Amino acid sequence: MAKIASLARIDVDEKDLDHMVPEFNNILAWVEQLGEVDTSSVEPMTAVIPQELRLRDDVVDADPLTGGGKRDAILANAPVAEHGFFGVPKVIE
Amino acid sequence: MTDLTELGVKAIRDGVAVGDFSAVEVAEAFNAAVADAAQLNAFIVATPDHALDAAKKVDADRAAGKELGTMAGVPIGMKDLFATKGVQTTAASHILEGFKPEYESTVSQKLWDAGAGMLGKLNLDQFAMGSSNETSYFGDVANPWRRNDGGNAKLAPGGSSGGSSAAVAGRIAPAATGTDTGGSIRQPAAFTGIAGIKPTYGRCSRWGIVAFASSLDQAGPMARSVEDCAIMLEAMAGFDPKDSTSLELDVPAWSANLNADLSGKRVGIPKEYRMDGTDEDILKSWEDGIAWLKDAGAEVVEISLPHTKYALPAYYIVAPAEASSNLARYDGVRYGLRDLPDGAGLQDMYAATRAEGFGDEVKRRILIGTYVLSAGFYDAYYTQAMKIRTLVQSDFEQAWEKCDFVLAPTTPTAAFALGDKTSDPLAMYLNDVFAVPASLAGLPAMSVPAGLNKDGLPLGLQIVGPAFDEQAVLNAGLAIEQRAGFTAKPEKWW
Repeated sequence: MAKIASLARIDVDEKDLDHMVPEFNNILAWVEQLGEVDTSSVEPMTAVIPQELRLRDDVVDADPLTGGGKRDAILANAPVAEHGFFGVPKVIE
Repeated sequence: MTDLTELGVKAIRDGVAVGDFSAVEVAEAFNAAVADAAQLNAFIVATPDHALDAAKKVDADRAAGKELGTMAGVPIGMKDLFATKGVQTTAASHILEGFKPEYESTVSQKLWDAGAGMLGKLNLDQFAMGSSNETSYFGDVANPWRRNDGGNAKLAPGGSSGGSSAAVAGRIAPAATGTDTGGSIRQPAAFTGIAGIKPTYGRCSRWGIVAFASSLDQAGPMARSVEDCAIMLEAMAGFDPKDSTSLELDVPAWSANLNADLSGKRVGIPKEYRMDGTDEDILKSWEDGIAWLKDAGAEVVEISLPHTKYALPAYYIVAPAEASSNLARYDGVRYGLRDLPDGAGLQDMYAATRAEGFGDEVKRRILIGTYVLSAGFYDAYYTQAMKIRTLVQSDFEQAWEKCDFVLAPTTPTAAFALGDKTSDPLAMYLNDVFAVPASLAGLPAMSVPAGLNKDGLPLGLQIVGPAFDEQAVLNAGLAIEQRAGFTAKPEKWW
C-alpha cells in the first residue's frame, strides 16, 4: 500500500494505512470475480464509439482557444510564477 | 401571477418570447430561490450577476426584434465540473479551490450562446467520484425530498451530480448540467424525481470539463420534463474539434421529433437486472413502466444481457485507472493548491500537495487505478476489464437485434440517508449497478420519474438505447412521463 501511494505521489500516514489496507483488499477481492469470465478470444475495447482519428490543419493556431501566445493566461492560476515561468522548489542539489 | 420558479425550460423560453414575463423577472425569481436555499448546499458559488446579465441581453434582443436562442431567458445551474471563465471551478475539491479558468468549456459556451444564463456553480461529489454528493470538499448536498414518516432525516440527492438534482427538484433552477461517468446524471435524477439524459459518448464535447475517466465521461441535461431535457441537450451537443472523441455528426432535432406513440417499437426487458436485494417498490415501478410502454404501443420482449453482473467490477477498474492518469496533473505546479513543507524538494511537494488537496474517495480511486495499471498487474486487471467492456457492449449489440430500446430500473433503491453508506465504499459503489453497463458501452440512457415509493420518495425508470439513437430513448421517456403522471414535488423545508 505504501508502495502504491508512493507511485501515486500521495503522502499517506502510517495510521491511515491501517484502515486503508482492509478497504483496498475488500475492493480488490470484489473485482477479482472478473477472472471467472473466459476472455481468451475477446479483444480489449480500444474505442467505445469507433471513429477515425482526425488530423487538424497543419497551421499555427488552428483553433485560437487552443493555440499559442497564451503565456500569461496559462500562468494566471500558478501557485508560484516568476519571470514568465512556473516556479518550483530546487530540483538540483 | 405565475410562480416563475415552477416553470421549466420550455415554459420560460416561450413565455419570454411572447412577452408573458421578462427574462430579467425570471432571473430575479431564481436568484432569490438560490439565495433562499442555503440549507440544501446545492451551490458552491452563486452567480446572480451572470444570470441577470444574460437575461438583460435576451430582453434587449427581444425588444430589438432579434431572433432568440433555443434557451433564451432560461437561467440554469452549472455543475462545478465545467470550466467557466473567471468563475471559480473546483470539481468540489480542495486542490482546485480558488481556481478561476481563463477559458470557457465548450458545453457551457454553447448554452450561453443559446441565450441561457448561469445561476451558479453546483456542488457535486469531489471530481465526480461518488453516488451521494458526500465526497465534496464543500459539504454534503441535502435532497429536497424527505421521507413521509415525519422524521427530518436528510437524504442523499444522489451523485455525482447531486447539486444539480437537488436544485432542479427543489425549484431552485429550471434545469442544470450534469455529467455521467457511471450513472452520475441518471442516479441523482432518480433520487430526486427529475429527468436526466446521458447522450451517446461523444455527443457533448468534453473540452473544458474536469476529466475523471475520459473514455466514459459525458455531459447531459437534467430537468423536470423529457421535452426540457431534449431542448437543452440540443443546445449542449455538437461536434467540437477540440475534443478528439467528439462525434462529427449534426445534432438531430430531438425536441421537434418527440413522439410518444411507440407502435411498432419493441422494448427489451433484461432478465439479468432482476437482482437479489432489489427493493420491492423498485420492481413494482418496473412493472408499471412495462405496462405504460405497452399502453403506448410497444411490444415487450425479454432479452438477456449476460455480462451485466461483471459491468460494475469492470467499471471499478477502468474508471480508477483513467482517473489515476488524469489526476496526475494536480501537482501543485500549474494551478490549484500547493503544499510545500519546509525544506521539501519537488517530489515531496507533489506528495504533500496531493495528500492535502484530495479527499479520501479520490485518493482511494487514484490508488486503485495506480495498482491496476502497475507492472505485473496490468493484464490481470486492466486488460481483463477492457475485455469485459467489449463483452458488455456486444451484449447490447445482440439485444438490438431483438428490441429498439431497453427498460430497467435506474437504481436498486430509493434515496438513502446521508451517512448511511459512507463507511463502506463497496456498498456505495453498488448503487450504480444498473447505470454502469450503458456507460461502459457508450450508449444513450435516461432516467425519468416513475412514481413514489411507500416512504413517499421518488423512483426512476431507466431507458437505454442504441448508439446515436437518443430519439428512441427520449420518445420512450415521454411515453412513460405521460402515463406516470408524476406531479409530486418536495415540500419546502429549507
